Amino acid sequence: MATIQPKVSEGISDELALVQAAKDGDVHAFEELVKRYDRNVFRIAQHITQNREDAEDVVQEAFLKAYGNLQQFQGQSKFYTWLVRIAVNEALMKLRRRRPERMVSLDEEVKTEEDSVPREVADWSPNPEQQYSQAELREILTKTIQGLPATFRTVFVLRDVEGLSTEETAEALDLSIPAVKSRLLRARLQLRERLSRYFQKRENGNAIKPDSGDGQP
Amino acid sequence: MKCSDFLQELTNYLDGVIDDRTKAELEGHLAWCHNCYVVCDTTKKTIEIYRDSQLYELPEELRTRLRSAILSKCERKSAGTEKA
Repeated sequence: MATIQPKVSEGISDELALVQAAKDGDVHAFEELVKRYDRNVFRIAQHITQNREDAEDVVQEAFLKAYGNLQQFQGQSKFYTWLVRIAVNEALMKLRRRRPERMVSLDEEVKTEEDSVPREVADWSPNPEQQYSQAELREILTKTIQGLPATFRTVFVLRDVEGLSTEETAEALDLSIPAVKSRLLRARLQLRERLSRYFQKRENGNAIKPDSGDGQP
Repeated sequence: MKCSDFLQELTNYLDGVIDDRTKAELEGHLAWCHNCYVVCDTTKKTIEIYRDSQLYELPEELRTRLRSAILSKCERKSAGTEKA
């Protein structure tokens, strides 16, 4: 079985030069960095906050904070990892403000291992996503990932959607490498479990609609 | 190898960060354990579907608006620093 490869390309050769120019006050150089990463920051922010307005705010605040603190960026990590760390913190602050009743922390150990033990082991259709329209698929994927605890969601998005390495994810989230690995495993297994109800092979060939309650056809 | 041992190594296996001996053990388990094979295969598909999903794309118009807001504040900040 083939392994999964990250999708992010390594186009960072001129990045340190851009960062240095931005440090010296060249706003156009900073604009290049914004163009390079604004889509990623927006996606991460929206996954964490689950709110479009908050995500827009996070994009602005993260880049402004990065610009204001560029002198502190020493270049030991990639600029992107450093930026993601700022963006994740901004996004978590928004989430805490919006849901003060629920403690949101990346450090928390969520529940026991039992939440990740596979229960649904039916095989999926060969091209499960093609059973649904684009809009339906988007709804299924959004609803499913939104059901994960913030800590799992964040690790999954950074590692598997944005393609950061385990080490970069640990650095961006201030977690240990074993903590990233354990959250990633549980996030992947929980998403798989939840998607199975939509994607498993069905004898009558009917797909479950995303809004069909308990998943029974 | 038990199924629980396989699950513990699943993430390393899918990410390809595993030594040859463990990989051979995992694949030996996959060869006869259909449940673990399905869990492994559908977990891989889960990752691929999310990776290809294009959820939360930033619309071009919003992107331009956000960028100009960010840059005008950066410019003000730079101007302020120079004056000080």
